[in-house]
Amino acid sequence: MAEQRDGALVLTGDLVVWTLAQLPGGRAGRIDAAGLGRLDTAGAWFLIGQREAGAEIAGLSERHSQLLDSVARAMASPDPAPAPLPGWRRLLEDVGRRVVSGLIFFRELAEYLGRFIAALLRAIRHPADFRLTSLVHHCQETGLRAVPIVAIMSFLIGVVLAFQGSTQLRQFGAEVFVVDLIAISVLRELGILLTAIIVAGRTASALTASIGSMKMREEIDAMRTLGMDPDMVLILPRVLALIVTLPILGLVSDVTGLLGGAIMSWIELGISPSMFLARLGDIAVGHAVVGLVKAPVFALIIGVIGCHAGMKVGKDAESLGSMTSTAVVNAIFAVIIADALFSIFFSVVGL
Amino acid sequence: MSSEAENVIEVRGLRTQFGSHVVHDGLDLDVKRGEILGVVGGSGTGKSVLLRSIVGLLKPAAGTIRVFGQDVGALSGPAREAVERRWGVMFQDGALFSSLTVRENVEVPLRAVPGLGDQQRQGLAELKVAMAGLPWNANAKFPSDLSGGMRKRAGLARALALDPEIVFLDEPTAGLDPIGATAFDRLIVSLRDALNLSVFLVTHDLDTLHACCDRIAVLAEKKVLTTGTMSQMLQVDHPWVHEYFHGPRARAAQVTDRAADRDEG
Repeated sequence: MAEQRDGALVLTGDLVVWTLAQLPGGRAGRIDAAGLGRLDTAGAWFLIGQREAGAEIAGLSERHSQLLDSVARAMASPDPAPAPLPGWRRLLEDVGRRVVSGLIFFRELAEYLGRFIAALLRAIRHPADFRLTSLVHHCQETGLRAVPIVAIMSFLIGVVLAFQGSTQLRQFGAEVFVVDLIAISVLRELGILLTAIIVAGRTASALTASIGSMKMREEIDAMRTLGMDPDMVLILPRVLALIVTLPILGLVSDVTGLLGGAIMSWIELGISPSMFLARLGDIAVGHAVVGLVKAPVFALIIGVIGCHAGMKVGKDAESLGSMTSTAVVNAIFAVIIADALFSIFFSVVGL
Repeated sequence: MSSEAENVIEVRGLRTQFGSHVVHDGLDLDVKRGEILGVVGGSGTGKSVLLRSIVGLLKPAAGTIRVFGQDVGALSGPAREAVERRWGVMFQDGALFSSLTVRENVEVPLRAVPGLGDQQRQGLAELKVAMAGLPWNANAKFPSDLSGGMRKRAGLARALALDPEIVFLDEPTAGLDPIGATAFDRLIVSLRDALNLSVFLVTHDLDTLHACCDRIAVLAEKKVLTTGTMSQMLQVDHPWVHEYFHGPRARAAQVTDRAADRDEG
């Protein structure tokens, strides 16, 4: 309890962290602490603050003044805060930092691409250093395991396209062009793009998590000291597995997408499978090639971004989580950008 | 510290088990007000398990644990919170919240205090950080930027935030260099003297036992085998205790202890 009496603040009872909030704010002229019960460091901190502000403290018991002394000794003197920068300079500095970190990010991506290519060339010159088992394992992880989800997704995309296309095209009596619609959109764009996005979500996160947790536990440093090259052991098999499997997944996606489209066209428009195939034969191959050519490039992008993010993981678990989500977002974004560049390129070339 | 000081912790007949694996069976232990009790034992004898049982992180299979005279197993709701506010726990690696700065970490328990203003809370947190022996600039750092020793100190600062009467320390000097460990030992003793803390200290470090502990409790054979001062421990003729306190490391610790006594005397 605290009460004002004759211009002095009279403290009675306990002065502890729980009662600190009941004290009057502001500076007291004189403090009478004779009736004080329990005093803890929070109370001592309050009394020291008052004493430094010029208050006079009377009636402290021996024990309490000892505590006051030891708290006063421990109290830190704050470092002078640096003078705040003017607003425009902070803004400029912030923009500059972001630009530089963006450029550094691209430089590092180029570095990891280079490291992958160097490792690949080394593996070609010295095939004995290449880890085939690891490659097969990662092909299974990124390729085989992704087949069901890719197939179901593409099948449904084909179904949806046929269904939506048929209702639109029927108005013009041009139902048979639904085959062209499905073939062009699935083979050229959607099949491979959606597959790449799914793989980016599945595999880029897995790459970052697996390499990142090894980085966190210093396994990668241990590898280096044992004479193993992390580029050969970790990056090469993972990225190469992606480059091998993504075109295959793209092909699976193309086939199941067309299958879904064909089934829906049969049900909805009565276009028989043989008619669908005959119409498809005229246009399919060129579009399928244009679509699948993109696959290895997407694979490279996903692999390099995933491995780079894994290597950037720090010592704490938090950075592992944040780098994993960054890797997925960056990989998906980069795949879509690359797809846009491809479509510009193909239209300029006239494919 | 009078010898008939009240017991702040009383463990009676404690039995803890995980499945069929019995860790403690019929364990009794007292911690007196104002003393530093060192708990030692081989790996896997359940030192940390004992600590976790006392603070209520593990539920014992049998037995009672009384802290400040209250059976903590039977408490719930506000009564339990009231007891929890009177102790602080420092985990092995500090167990700091990684998304908060050191000062914000220490502020977390202070947020439970009703009516405490932002300024007061910050000031108190900075005081606790300084009392734990951290430099001023550590306040704004994140746990990932700190060394192991600094993280332990920050964990101690958080354990001390509400001025507890009992502090539980889980291997406070493990993984510290000898200089840092010695400084930490001194810090514990000086805080005990200044705040009249009772300290429950789990350790492997013989130097810490020599430098800090008023009493030592040896955990073996699923119970507290013996308790007593360092000199009493040296008399015990149980093979493990003898090996522990008379091994080559123990002798080295005694020598440095005597040297330190000479320096101070």
